[in-house]
Amino acid sequence: MNVPRLETSPAVSDEIRQTTCYMCACRCGINVHMKEGRVSYIEGNRDHPINKGVLCAKGASGIMQVTAPSRLKAPLKRVGPRGSGAFEEITWDEALDLAVQWMKPLRETAPEKLAFFTGRDQSQSLTGWWAQAYGTPNYAAHGGFCSVNMAAGGIYTIGGAFWEFGQPDWERTNLFVMFGVAEDHDSNPIKIGIGKLKERGARVISVNPVRTGYSAVADDWYGITPGTDGLLILSLIHCLMEAGKIDLNYLAQWTNAPMLVNSQRGAEKGMLVKNAERQPFVIDRRTGQPAPWDGQGVEPDLGATWEGHRTVFQHMAEEYLDPKYAPEAVSARVGIAAERIRSLAAELAQAAFDHAFTLSRPWKDFRGNQHEAMQGRPVSFHAMRGISAHSNGFQTARALHLLQIILGSVEAPGGYRLKPPYPKPVEAHPTPHFASAPGKPLSGPHLGYVRGPDDLALLPDGSPARIDKAFTWENPLSAHGLMHMLIPNAHAGDPYRIDTLFLYMANMSWNSSMNTTRVMEMLTEQGADGEYIIPRIIYSDAYASEMVAYADLILPDTTYLERHDCISLLDRPISEPDAAGDAIRWPVIAPDRGVRCFQSVLLDLGARLGLPGMVNEDGSAKFHDYEDYIINHQRRPGVGPLIGFRGNGEEEGRGAPNPAQMQRYIENGAFYQAHIPEEASFYKPWNAGYQDWAVRIGLYETPQPYLFSIWSEPMRRFQLAAEGQGDRQPPDHLRARLKEAMHPLPIWYPPYGDADADYGYTVHALTQRPMDMYHSWGSQNAWLRQIKGHNALYLPTAIWQAQGFEKGDFARVSSRNGVIEVPVAHMAALNPNTVWTWNAIGKRRGSWALDKDAPESNLGFLLNHLISELLPGETRLSNSDPVTGQAAWFDCRVRIERVPAADRPEGRPAQPQFAVLPDPPHAEGGRGLDKKGARA
Amino acid sequence: MTCLPGKVDKALGLVIDLDTCVGCQACVTACKGWNDQGYGVPLSDQNAYGAKPSGTFLNRVHSYEVQAENAAPQVVNFPRSCLHCADAPCVTVCPTGASYKRSEDGIVLVNEDACIGCGLCAWACPYGAREMDADAGVMKKCTLCVDRIYNTHLPEEDREPACVRTCPTGARHFGDLSDPTSKVSQLVEARGGYALMPELGTKPVNRYLPPRKKGAVAAPVLEPLEAKGLAGWLDRILGKI
Repeated sequence: MNVPRLETSPAVSDEIRQTTCYMCACRCGINVHMKEGRVSYIEGNRDHPINKGVLCAKGASGIMQVTAPSRLKAPLKRVGPRGSGAFEEITWDEALDLAVQWMKPLRETAPEKLAFFTGRDQSQSLTGWWAQAYGTPNYAAHGGFCSVNMAAGGIYTIGGAFWEFGQPDWERTNLFVMFGVAEDHDSNPIKIGIGKLKERGARVISVNPVRTGYSAVADDWYGITPGTDGLLILSLIHCLMEAGKIDLNYLAQWTNAPMLVNSQRGAEKGMLVKNAERQPFVIDRRTGQPAPWDGQGVEPDLGATWEGHRTVFQHMAEEYLDPKYAPEAVSARVGIAAERIRSLAAELAQAAFDHAFTLSRPWKDFRGNQHEAMQGRPVSFHAMRGISAHSNGFQTARALHLLQIILGSVEAPGGYRLKPPYPKPVEAHPTPHFASAPGKPLSGPHLGYVRGPDDLALLPDGSPARIDKAFTWENPLSAHGLMHMLIPNAHAGDPYRIDTLFLYMANMSWNSSMNTTRVMEMLTEQGADGEYIIPRIIYSDAYASEMVAYADLILPDTTYLERHDCISLLDRPISEPDAAGDAIRWPVIAPDRGVRCFQSVLLDLGARLGLPGMVNEDGSAKFHDYEDYIINHQRRPGVGPLIGFRGNGEEEGRGAPNPAQMQRYIENGAFYQAHIPEEASFYKPWNAGYQDWAVRIGLYETPQPYLFSIWSEPMRRFQLAAEGQGDRQPPDHLRARLKEAMHPLPIWYPPYGDADADYGYTVHALTQRPMDMYHSWGSQNAWLRQIKGHNALYLPTAIWQAQGFEKGDFARVSSRNGVIEVPVAHMAALNPNTVWTWNAIGKRRGSWALDKDAPESNLGFLLNHLISELLPGETRLSNSDPVTGQAAWFDCRVRIERVPAADRPEGRPAQPQFAVLPDPPHAEGGRGLDKKGARA
Repeated sequence: MTCLPGKVDKALGLVIDLDTCVGCQACVTACKGWNDQGYGVPLSDQNAYGAKPSGTFLNRVHSYEVQAENAAPQVVNFPRSCLHCADAPCVTVCPTGASYKRSEDGIVLVNEDACIGCGLCAWACPYGAREMDADAGVMKKCTLCVDRIYNTHLPEEDREPACVRTCPTGARHFGDLSDPTSKVSQLVEARGGYALMPELGTKPVNRYLPPRKKGAVAAPVLEPLEAKGLAGWLDRILGKI
């Protein structure tokens, strides 16, 4: 046999350029291999803290984004009716002139008439700063329809959150429990972590209605009924408290459990009792007398009663020992047998207490007490959209944090660890700023953490200051705004009309809106005067997404390999529990078409508008481009977007701008890490070593130690208002729901969507994104769309069999809001009253430069048409969490009816369908193109 | 007919942990990316943006539902690629000698210069591990990244298949399965690794580690504190401090 000679050691590439991935929001480090000036291969960067060399399916497919035919090529101006997709190409000068022509008069007369909302970008510290300088109160990013329940539920309780803002102590945890963990966020770190647990045989449990992905490899699975996670968690708390399996020392030292709750009728009832210095205090067990909460050597008494006021701990006992939380009482509702709930509680107790350990690492707490070792609690949790996208998601997130707290595991070795800039208490966050005046900047950032009714964004007449009604009685703690209400409210003129909608990277006419069919109409409806009800829309995106057709002016963006970016501590960094970290992107290839990095364009617009901070004294532009801003902008003296290589190049966190900073990041693999000293890396909210370190690198100006808020005073302030206390009063129709939802202890109430069951919509309908697809970008990717080209609605066995479904059938799926007709598939590993599908796949015909008969459009579908943006009723309340305004996507209830394959006309696509969108000029739709973009 | 080597010096292969694979498809596109620019002709795609896109992949991941007795239904994610069989029917069926198994490491390869694209090997492979490239008309298959594992241009730690290097959960392992002391052989030993469809007599080299048993574990039952009412409970529990 002739064995061919084989070159087993070929040259791999001419050069490797290291930058940061953006195929999802993970921010992994990538090695981009270059051959003859072109990208030839992308792999993970082994030195990078986020992904440590691995890369997901999306990341490795990033090479296909650079040649995707859907890339926009030049600025566009609408020439046909809005929504038709008819555009003409214009120059950048024309585009910027037009934008300024629209924006400048608004700024000078009514800045609130410009609403600037951004989607999935990672430059909110720039975009927010720009909007603040412009002076509109109407700015937010996409967190309101994404994750705000997670963020706010965490920050109001432990001063940090799930998502990527913390992580289990993968090295030490013995039991890891996931609640509704989506597989699309923080995905490589979680996958790496699960791999580590599996390697050493640690136990993984998933609580999730759907057993895919992480739930598939979990050692045990609780197929919970959607929206009942909070009830299950409180039942676990009930079991643990009833058995005395709680960490009393942790509760006494690090939480407000020993503080006293005012029992006197009146304006202070239910608030924490304060001393003459307006400080809450504790009762010292050694003396039986009041003592400062932060006093050295104080031993707080959890069981104290003082002048009739009882401790938070006693209120907890009263609430959670109540038989209404017994497993037997909640079992039917949560869909899990009582003995299974008890056994899960027993596993938690065993991990936290029977397997407890100490880490020999001396440390000093903020009270000055020295500790010789750190108490380890090897049980950890993680949670994501599964619990947060419900109208009870905020309280559910709080409940899960309470569970971690009573086990003593938050920030303990083996438990859940926060990543800088967290821990950071509510008190260290700004309050919302919203007072706008013609020609003036806002006095502070738009988004913040409300402490009570006084911080609401209300105008003197009590009406909402913001177009999305964030920070109002309807959703008081809406720390991320409500982007999903932007278009409906602007269309309804409720609370007022706007002039120009300025959107970045947000597919609001498709998968990012509730009630998509209706939103498309809102974007195109005209008033009696023939003017569009939303008069002007400016949109920036890199690709021909569904939203492009609805804009009047398109500012085409670069792809992630063609641009600068900073992944900043001021925004959403890449920290680890042991290090603060940030990162950059840089153009590893130059754009080959007339596109510009949106952030550079924004700075250019800012200069043309003369916005403060963006112009020099002589009126010239202060920043040449985004790179210039990243290097030279200072938010506070010495503190800028990046912490590494400041000043002389060796300064960390604080220091003057360094012209060589970007180059140093590139040489360092596009990231920087500031490591936390070993003695400071656990118990961070109370660890004096950590607090000092955080001040040194510029996270805070002074140490910010705080106690976990089991009892939430901000929540109670709203309850008090709802009870009639105080000058600032909610409208009567909201009193009952405020009293219920703003309970100062974590509680559970049925999701509002449950009411739809009374109308015959009894089945829960969910979506999740696959690990190999992210938002809309994925399905235009030549490789990824071959893996999942369309979605199906997965039906549980009970529904499948009851209606006699067969392979190839469709289902008519209806809700109170609409009807869709979609392909189905059977899935047994599913909660028996839940259906679900992959989102991010269904596309509108003709969008994303895909063939009009692409499976993404013919078979792929959205559930969004079924989900109203409003709750039933006349008051236009958003279909959101009443606390935070998080879009309650997963409250969706439907009815399923079989449509046999035989009854469907041959080739009838999934329904609804919409007019085919044409390609924007020169976007070169993909028909007949090969994967490298060449005409076949 | 093409002959198999009488003996191989090594049996390089993959060990894939089905207890850990979350089905994320990372290995699928890392493989596509590397091999699109690596050994042999590129992995072509047809109608990449069209109504029926299709392309060549050397590694695919499937998900299956499993109904174990007295247990909740499960999902198992199953990566599938060439198993580099000792008795590889794809080699012996090849009319031109294009398909061959290397004696030095046991890797099964296709010499594309000699491949006439007849497709017999794909028919002969019971695992569906070969794909005809529609553009080039030659047979493509997993090479175990033969152009990585010995590649001196790569750092030592990167000399492993692209799918192994990228796997986020660490579910994929690469090594010499003929050496009982190798890490992969020991994993197979410890975890009861198995060959796919051994009854076919193809003697696959690759091994799969089965999912561990799922379900509840016995933790000590939580007994309520013996106490009367809230006050009694407080006394009992705070007495513990």
